[in-house]
This record gives sequence, C-alpha cells and structure tokens, in this order.
Amino acid sequence: MASATAGKSGGAGAAKSTLFYIFIVLFVLASILPLLWVFKMSIVSKADLFASPVATAFAPPVGTSYDTVFANPTFRRALLNSVVIAGVTTVICLFFGALAGYAIARLRFRFKSSVMTLILAISFFPAVAILAPLFQQFSTFGLIDTYWSVIIANVVFALPLTVWILVAFFKELPRDLEEAAQVDGATTLQAFRKVIVPLAAPGVFTCAILTFIAAWNEFLFANTFLFTPQTQPVTVVIPNFATQYTTDYGAQAAAAVVVTVPLVIMVLIFQRRIVSGLTAGAVKG
Amino acid sequence: MASASRSGGKKKGGFFREEFGNPERRTAYLMILPTILVIFAIALFPVLYSVVLSLTDSTITGIGGFVGFENYAEMFQNPGFREGLYNTVVFTVVAVFFEFIIGLAIALAINRAFRGRGLVRAAILVPWAFPTVVSAVMWRLMFQDQVGVVNWLANDVLGVIAQPILSDRTLLLIAAIGVDVWKTTPFMALLLLAGLLTIPEDVYEAARVDGANVFQRFFSITMPLLKPALLVALLFRTLESYRVFDLFWGMSNRELESLSTFVYEGVKISQLQFAQGNAAAVFIFVTAFLLALVFIKVFGMQTSTED
Repeated sequence: MASATAGKSGGAGAAKSTLFYIFIVLFVLASILPLLWVFKMSIVSKADLFASPVATAFAPPVGTSYDTVFANPTFRRALLNSVVIAGVTTVICLFFGALAGYAIARLRFRFKSSVMTLILAISFFPAVAILAPLFQQFSTFGLIDTYWSVIIANVVFALPLTVWILVAFFKELPRDLEEAAQVDGATTLQAFRKVIVPLAAPGVFTCAILTFIAAWNEFLFANTFLFTPQTQPVTVVIPNFATQYTTDYGAQAAAAVVVTVPLVIMVLIFQRRIVSGLTAGAVKG
Repeated sequence: MASASRSGGKKKGGFFREEFGNPERRTAYLMILPTILVIFAIALFPVLYSVVLSLTDSTITGIGGFVGFENYAEMFQNPGFREGLYNTVVFTVVAVFFEFIIGLAIALAINRAFRGRGLVRAAILVPWAFPTVVSAVMWRLMFQDQVGVVNWLANDVLGVIAQPILSDRTLLLIAAIGVDVWKTTPFMALLLLAGLLTIPEDVYEAARVDGANVFQRFFSITMPLLKPALLVALLFRTLESYRVFDLFWGMSNRELESLSTFVYEGVKISQLQFAQGNAAAVFIFVTAFLLALVFIKVFGMQTSTED
C-alpha cells in the first residue's frame, strides 16, 4: 500500500502532506459537522436553543426532547413499521435478485444484455411516473394502507441494485466448484443452491445491507400509499413531526437523530463492505 | 462457449426448441423470470397505463374520454408546472456540476494510501446513508430563522443575506442545491475513486518516464481511463437529481416546486389536477429516458456486463 505513494511525493513531501491532511480534515468536518449540530440541538433546553446558536453550542445537555419523541406512540410504531417494511423488501429482493444475478453472471442465454439494460433502466426510472396507476391498482386489490403496497413498490426499485451487486459478486467466484458439483450429477439449480449461495454469503450480506438502507430511506411510496400511524414508517412520520411540533425544534432534531443512529452504526460497522458493494455494482457496469 | 454447438444439427427445431430445449438456458430463463415479471407488472405496465390516463380526462376514481394532447397543452400553461420544470433543470445542472467538480478533486486527492482512510470513508458514507427526507428536515432546522445556525451565520454574522432563508424561493432553491451537494458529493467522490483505483500505476510510471507533466498525465491518461466510471456516476446523479422529490418536500413544506412535486400534487392531493399530473408523470418518464439515451449514445456508455 505505502509503496505506491512513496515514490510520488518526493522531496517536498512534508509540506504537501500537511496540506493534504488539512484538506482531509476540512472535508470530514464538512460532512459531519451539520449532523453533530443537529445532535446538539436535540440535547439542549428550549430556552438555550432559542437564545442563540452560541448559547446552544455551550448549553448543558438535557434529555427532554428525547422524552417527547419516545413518549409519542406514533413514533415508536413508525420505527417498527420501518423495520418490517425494509426487512421484508430486503428478503424479497435478495431472493429474486440472487436467482436473476446468478443466471446473468454464469449461464448462457440469449437476450442477456437486453435483460441487463432493462434492469439498469429501472434504476433510472422516475418513481413518481407510476404513482397514479399503482395507487389505482392497489386500491382495487385492497392493498392501500398495508405494508404490502409499499413493499411491492419498493421491490421494483431496490431490485436493480441487488441484481447488479450480486452479478458482480457471483462473477468473482471460481467456476470450478459448481462445475465439479455438476459433474457429480447436480442440476444447475442444485449447484446454485448448494455450492454458490453458501460461498456467496459475504456478498449477499453486503447486498442485504445496501438494499435495507435503500428500503429504509424510501419516502415517496410510503407517503402516498400509507395513511395511518399503524403503517407509516419513520421517513413519513419525521416530516409530519415538523408540522405537529411546529415550534418544538428540539423534538424535531431528536426525531431526526433517532432515525439516523441505526444507519450511522451500520455504516461504521460495515463501511468496508458497503464501499465494496457500491463500487462493485457501479464501476464494473 | 464451444459447448453451445454440442447439440448442433437440430437447428430446424425452431426458436423455442433451441432456447428452451437446452437445460442451461431453460434454467436461466426460469431464474430471470421473477425479476422480469416484477419489472413488467410494477413499472412498465403502470407507465403505459399512465400514458393512457394522460390522454384522457380521467379522474382519480374513473377513466374518462379520450382528449388527445389537451392535458399536455394545459400542463405547459400551468405556472406550477413551469416553475417545477425550471427549478428541476436548474437544480439538476448546478448540483451535478458542483458534485462532479468537487467529487473529482476529492477522489484525486485521496487516491493514495494514508492514515485515517477508514475515518474518511465513514465520513463519506454517513450523509449518504441518511434518508434524504430526514436530511432535508435536519437542514430545514439549520436554515430556520429562530434557531437555525446557517440562517444565523448568513444573516447576523456575515450579513450576506437580508431575509430568512426559508421565506424566499430563490434562497430555498440555492439551499436545496447546497444540501444536495453536501449529501452526495462524497458519494460521487467514492464512485470516481473506485474508477481511479482500476487505473494501473505503471501507465503513469511510463508516462512519467516519457516526460509527461501532471496536466498531460491527467488529460491523456486519467480522464480517458476514468471515462466509464465517470459516465456511470454522472448518469446516476443526473437522473437522480432530475426526479428530486424528497429533498424539496422535506425542506420547504411544499413551497419549492419540482417536476416530481407537481406530479405528486396532481395525482395525490388535488383531484382537479389528476389528468395534468399524469401528463407530467409521462413527461418526466420520457425526458428521463431521453437523458439516459443521450448518455448511452452520445457519450458511448456501456450498459452490458458481457466480458
């Protein structure tokens, strides 16, 4: 790793690298500071928050905003709804995506590039273009205001990501293993299920994280198809919070922080996997 | 590859025999089928249905008679639509421009091994992983005129603006662009960095031996070899910005119109605008499709993963 850079910098290395680290620090601060500020807003008293940003910055921490948020049954329910919706979407996407991804990565068939183009096209598809027809369809089937309305709509937009990442991962696995299984008499599907799926577990896991984040963050469908607190996920409840607690900015900040904490933890734990998954899907395309 | 002709001689079996008689191909089609069905049922069929709705005077409850392109004509007259189109185009062009320039600079800077790489990567991913609508709400708090730190800085400390940010549509649009640049520049940098990592170091070595300077190396090696990754990143970001909804919605309480918020208003909220909402939906779909085509045809982007 270090050898690649050793030759580059040469003599003026020290000054250059100081400049480099200043740049890096500025960049990291720009990314993180706004979030830390909102966090700070969530742990000060109302009086300090309204006094001035300087007062906010140096105020002692209080937990009242979090009490307000967690005392709200709608918010607690919304967290649960988000977990269910994102979780089920992820499972369905992985199932469909693993099948399609394997076929694209390994098997020979006609229309392969057409299929890939179609799947890619869906990830560019403006979701808003199908809101009205989906709404009518879901009404007909009685799906409006159920988890399924959002899960079904989410699947089609999360699936391209799943397929692309899994194709990239499947392509990296050695071919000999499944060929050996097939020589031993396994069918293509058996070879896939018994040899490839276990081997691809790390890739599938990475893919699951990314799909889960995408589904957790979805807003448009949830805001359109779900009407009641029994089904609405956090992404819908948070903006509503802003209208409900019009002047309780601390509560709004606390709500935003609570929703993002699980994501921050996920990112910190899995950052390496997330990066490899994202770049595998995007760059090789 | 040679094995494809193993069952040769039976060419006359016809297309279906050829495609489905082969067990490997049959399995492949079976494995692809669920995904294709989902795409057709939940994306392609509805969009065709939207086209039909946009050509009729339908309401939310029932299909009306055929009216041709009347809805489209009315839509272009609608000030809400025009404002949405203007905001969307400005937002897309300006945001993607800055994200690209800054993202490329960051990618070039961090394309080396250094201490604290993990920290930088985490800093990159954290804003990206947040729900857009939650980022919008967070920033709205910071733009707010009573407690917002950004508003306080711009108004009281620096004195660059005279009015509260959230009360002015132009300022709101600028603010939305700023939030988008904040949220997605790191992600753009990440995609470009991944592209940079695929360029072998010895190409630069050879160029250096031949006496090429930094700029020559950048324009004749980095840019051409980075092109595939660069196009993917640009196309992704352009089309994502073009359908902007969550950000405008969360930041402005419906004051900042985009094409998507116009559609949403039409098909969800105001029953009177249902037909125009559908026309606008089809408009977004068609123009987004054309944008993608431009990237693929003009810039020669590759969409297949054949190797």
